Amino acid sequence: MKPAFLLAAATVAVAVLATVPLYANGYQLSLAITLMNYTVLATAWTLFSGPTRYVSLATVAFFGIGAYTAAVLAERMAWPWILLIALAVGLAVALIVGLSTLRLSGVYFVIFTFGLAELIRQIVTWYEVNVTRTLGRYIFVGIDPADIYWQLLGLAVLVFAAGIVIRRSRLGLALRVIGDDETVARHVGINTTIAKVALFALSAAFMTLCGAVMAPRWTYIDPAIAFSPVVSFQVLIMALLGGVHRLYGPLFGVVPLVLLFEFLLARFPNHFSILVGLAFMLIVYAIPQGIVGFVERMVRRKGEAA
Amino acid sequence: MSAPLLEVAGLTRRFGGLVAVDDISLSLQPGEIMGLLGPNGSGKSTVLNLISGALRPDHGSVRLNGHEIGAAAPHRIARLGVARTFQLVRVLGSLNCRENVLAGLAFGRDALWGHPAQQRADELLARVGLAGRANTATAELTYIDQKRLELARALALDPRLLLLDEWLAGLNPTELQDGIALVRSLRGEGLTILLVEHVMDAIRSLCDRCVVMNAGRKIAEGAPDAVLAEAEVIRAYLGDDDA
Amino acid sequence: MFAAAVTSGLVLGGMYALIAMGLTLQYGVARIMNLAHGELMIAAAFAAFWLFTSAAVNPLVGLLLVVPAAFAISWAIYRLLLIPLVARAPNRDALEVDSILATFGMLFVIQGVMLVMFGGAYYSYSFLAFPVTIAGATVAANRLLALAFAAVIGVALYLYLTRTRLGTAVRAVAVDPQSAPLVAIDVRATAALAFAFGGALVAAGGVLVSMFLTFNANIGVVFTMKALIVVIMGGVGNLLGCLVAGLILGLAETFVATFVDPGLTLATTYAIFLIILLVRPQGLFGTASR
Repeated sequence: MKPAFLLAAATVAVAVLATVPLYANGYQLSLAITLMNYTVLATAWTLFSGPTRYVSLATVAFFGIGAYTAAVLAERMAWPWILLIALAVGLAVALIVGLSTLRLSGVYFVIFTFGLAELIRQIVTWYEVNVTRTLGRYIFVGIDPADIYWQLLGLAVLVFAAGIVIRRSRLGLALRVIGDDETVARHVGINTTIAKVALFALSAAFMTLCGAVMAPRWTYIDPAIAFSPVVSFQVLIMALLGGVHRLYGPLFGVVPLVLLFEFLLARFPNHFSILVGLAFMLIVYAIPQGIVGFVERMVRRKGEAA
Repeated sequence: MSAPLLEVAGLTRRFGGLVAVDDISLSLQPGEIMGLLGPNGSGKSTVLNLISGALRPDHGSVRLNGHEIGAAAPHRIARLGVARTFQLVRVLGSLNCRENVLAGLAFGRDALWGHPAQQRADELLARVGLAGRANTATAELTYIDQKRLELARALALDPRLLLLDEWLAGLNPTELQDGIALVRSLRGEGLTILLVEHVMDAIRSLCDRCVVMNAGRKIAEGAPDAVLAEAEVIRAYLGDDDA
Repeated sequence: MFAAAVTSGLVLGGMYALIAMGLTLQYGVARIMNLAHGELMIAAAFAAFWLFTSAAVNPLVGLLLVVPAAFAISWAIYRLLLIPLVARAPNRDALEVDSILATFGMLFVIQGVMLVMFGGAYYSYSFLAFPVTIAGATVAANRLLALAFAAVIGVALYLYLTRTRLGTAVRAVAVDPQSAPLVAIDVRATAALAFAFGGALVAAGGVLVSMFLTFNANIGVVFTMKALIVVIMGGVGNLLGCLVAGLILGLAETFVATFVDPGLTLATTYAIFLIILLVRPQGLFGTASR
């Protein structure tokens, strides 16, 4: 497919998506926001964990940092500044996590990210209880759902653009080399740690901004809400279902699963955890390469048979 | 005699109870081709790994142009001008031939990118005998072609020191002659080469000097013919009866 | 206060060590990064609770029922759910990633089942809760008993691994799974055994801990987190390392909780983890990879 054609198609798609708030009702817009939110999160997750195969379980750690920072600063300063500060905090945490774990094998990273959201939640709780003495924040910013939706759409466009730009850059080549053979990568002069940390920081930046943008959706937020562990899990399952070898893979996981989860939460609220866990295991065992990977394999097989 | 390009002194590395490299010292003059010989398990590849940065020495020093590189990370050593091939050839599977060479060009000391890099990549492919194969997938390459590709990638770093780890192993007689000629032609371009080798033809025709290792220690050093005639070297390779 | 903190710290540390030993066997030998580890522990705690409150079976006797059951269940999990991953993994790193994902899913399933059965409420029961004075500090008898049992189990495991043929096979696979088959060790069977042992150990920990801990269906993950960190801190596959690291963690947490703030225990754990990552990632007793 020619790049010019793809670019035109993408522009049309974005334009169409941008018109959604104009005709959607309250529930539909809310669903659209949820879809857009998970699109940004799952694509940002895949941006890093796809090529490097380092499984990040920390999505909600960064999302929560963004959301909680926005909640704390909500009435104190202009919105752009809030986003900037949230971004700075998220990046700082990403750098600490990245620099300490990404020079080692993947298991250290997984372990660190496994408890990261819980750790940050505990620290924020401790800080709020002992220092600021307000646990839980009220958000009364004048941002209506349509604005949230458009900001998320903007983030989605940015995360895909970032993926494309990186792929063609030296960093993209470095990541492909690292993915093939990290020893060779080191011996051709690639500082593999810095490459991975850069990519991880970028991925975390998107997740943090996403959280900040989403914060006004809740009128009340506390650390348990901001750092809810099920979000990390949902993002992971969506990315896996869609396929993590292509940046557009997660899209194919986000759409069906957001709808499925809404359905399950409504019908089987008590069994949600079990059902989602089983769905996840089914994906890991039956279609580990995701929908996109599965389709690509089928196409390749037909091509070979032809 | 000018200052040595590579100076290894007292190099030692243990793995648990096994002393793989035991107090090894050697030095290479610029433009030399040195052979590192010894029976299997003598620690030759470990010495290369210690020089290239894949492993850290427990004791001893490795100096490149007077610069201590023993504890440096591999990517820094690569940027200082040390390139290598691997005993089990490591080409990058998801990249085509040109991209494999680009990987060597993009991150070195005088990094190249974009159109100049593509041109240089094609030149290097031609240099090693892979002209016109730029877009070929690595999976379609024969064994010797994979080795050529790995060499091209190493040369892409514009190295001062080239480490070849049994690069001539597993080749049929024709391929071997081609390979030897290729390595010999590199000498004229100002490269210094340390090669770990088993193939005696290659050693005799390429190497100025040799160092022989056995069980981690150096047991002989000198010109190839002299060294290969020494009793202890023969004993190391063949056992006592033939010494 | 200091003596009490030391004693409590050692008891807590002993529990961490016992739980982590199970995980270090599973990861070090079977190469399975089991994120559902803590869920099995809490399930065992619930089992002990149920036995005690419905059938008046005291937890020490309950050990005899729960631990073999956990061994069998873990062995079944390995054979049914993990062998397919081992079979399809091209290398150890791929198996690690796959096992992380699969056990992550298992975590939610097991936790979900416990939530359905017991809800989110906290449970506890009282068994041998009278105080005992030892070395000038007062400790609950059940905690001391838990520590004693943990020590016995730990020693038994150590002897098994060092003095028996099967135990030596387990250690061999942990050190070098590629060479182990060369000396006629059935790696797959040994890995299954190690995994089952790991499950039995963590279940033992769960039963012992249930004597004095107030638990609910959600706290399994915190124990998994800490067990993972203890395993890394001690050196993967190293039992002595687990013990030392577990005790250090237990003492550090208790001291911070007593003298600084009880809300910073996880922060303490992570601070220690960060130090290990920066200074000695192979762990206290591990061997360097580079």
